[in-house]
Amino acid sequence: MVRKKEMLEIDVKRKMLTSEGVHTLHIKENIDAHELLCVFGRSGAGKTTLLRMIAGLTQPQEGYIAFNGTTWFDSKNKINVPPQKRNIGYMFQNYALFPNMNVEKNIIFGQKEENQDEIENLLTIFDLQTLRKQNPNKLSGGQKQRVALARALASHPSILLLDEPLSALDMEMRMSLQREINKAHEISNVLTILVTHDVDEVFALAHKVLLIENGKIAKCGTPGDVFSEETWARASRLLHEISILSDSLYG
Amino acid sequence: MDSDFVQTLWLTGKLATLTTIILLLLGLPLAYILAYKHFRLKPIVESLISMPMVLPPTVLGFYVLIAYSPQNAFGKFLESTLHVRLAFSFEGILVASIIFSMPFMIQPLVNGFELIPKSYREAAYTLGKSPFTTFLKVLMPNIRPSILTAVAMTFAHCIGEFGLVIMVGGNMPGETRVASVAIYDAVQQMDYATANRYSLILFLISLAILSLIYGFNGKKKRDVRN
Repeated sequence: MVRKKEMLEIDVKRKMLTSEGVHTLHIKENIDAHELLCVFGRSGAGKTTLLRMIAGLTQPQEGYIAFNGTTWFDSKNKINVPPQKRNIGYMFQNYALFPNMNVEKNIIFGQKEENQDEIENLLTIFDLQTLRKQNPNKLSGGQKQRVALARALASHPSILLLDEPLSALDMEMRMSLQREINKAHEISNVLTILVTHDVDEVFALAHKVLLIENGKIAKCGTPGDVFSEETWARASRLLHEISILSDSLYG
Repeated sequence: MDSDFVQTLWLTGKLATLTTIILLLLGLPLAYILAYKHFRLKPIVESLISMPMVLPPTVLGFYVLIAYSPQNAFGKFLESTLHVRLAFSFEGILVASIIFSMPFMIQPLVNGFELIPKSYREAAYTLGKSPFTTFLKVLMPNIRPSILTAVAMTFAHCIGEFGLVIMVGGNMPGETRVASVAIYDAVQQMDYATANRYSLILFLISLAILSLIYGFNGKKKRDVRN
């Protein structure tokens, strides 16, 4: 028997309410199980919804999701595996660190069985040793993100899902956290799916990018393939805007 | 201090403590359901729980008394099957007091649950934790101020309850005579000294409880701001 390739198979549909009315999000794609993939699109395109459907936090209206041959969701056969059983690490936009636990306890909470050596290891990797007893409310955005990443990895997930992890950070912090995410992917070697609306981020991180437009996958490939035309279009739009601006200022 | 006085205060404290403990145990799961679950009869359940806030205690007391009466189905069932008579007994005022104080326990708890970002629950689920573990380890510790408010408000409200107790329990020393009823009784007999002793104690207990809540919540707010 031929062993099925390790991958995440998605073919889902869900109606979404956006500012421009109701549209259907339809995503169909097979993703390699060790990829670092960026999901790119305008806000409201359905990026977070896709991530939530993979995690089991939002239910698709129809379709199926399977990971390494195990069905997670199948509308026809009424299968819907709860998030607890999908073994995923999810990093929320607001990081969702629990304020009743300090940094170390948050990470311990991620473990299935308590293992102090591994906690020490994670604290070291993400440079959190000096912050271990801190309350998450007292941390900066970048520090929170490192704790959230460490906590997600503590559960040994098969998929790491990151929802716009770098959106609220300044340039320097972004660069350093992009390195952290790369590090997280290297350590775990698990499928990492990252939602973003920043082209630079895609180039800095992704092996592969999935461009969502009008509720569908418009393009899928390496950042270079997907963005060559798109980037040119953006650059020419920008040049056009600059010329209009200079005309109005000096013309 | 005479024994009647001590007995009445003891009974008042016992009623308020038991009501609060039982309501906390009932209230936590109930508030969780009301905060997070959607079901068709939810508005009715919410209204029924909140009714004691707007109804005169005598209305509720009247219906509870009718229900307790052995001449009616529920009262008959209690007496013949369980051999319990609730009218004019401590157990009777305890049950009535649980019903009557329910909104004071439930509403702060529901507010507490609703204020917790949804992502906390979801994060715990993605980390493999069951809803029950999430409830114990994540939700409960994060609604501590609401639990404190709910417990203190319920206790304070119970201590001051009058109309319902006198309707359902009457004024039986050692069984149903609580401090608020004793005050009324003393004033009727123009025994202002006794009325004053009870009143002053109720006044001070209520003041202490409310100061505790405001003090604690004020500190919480300052901590969040800093």
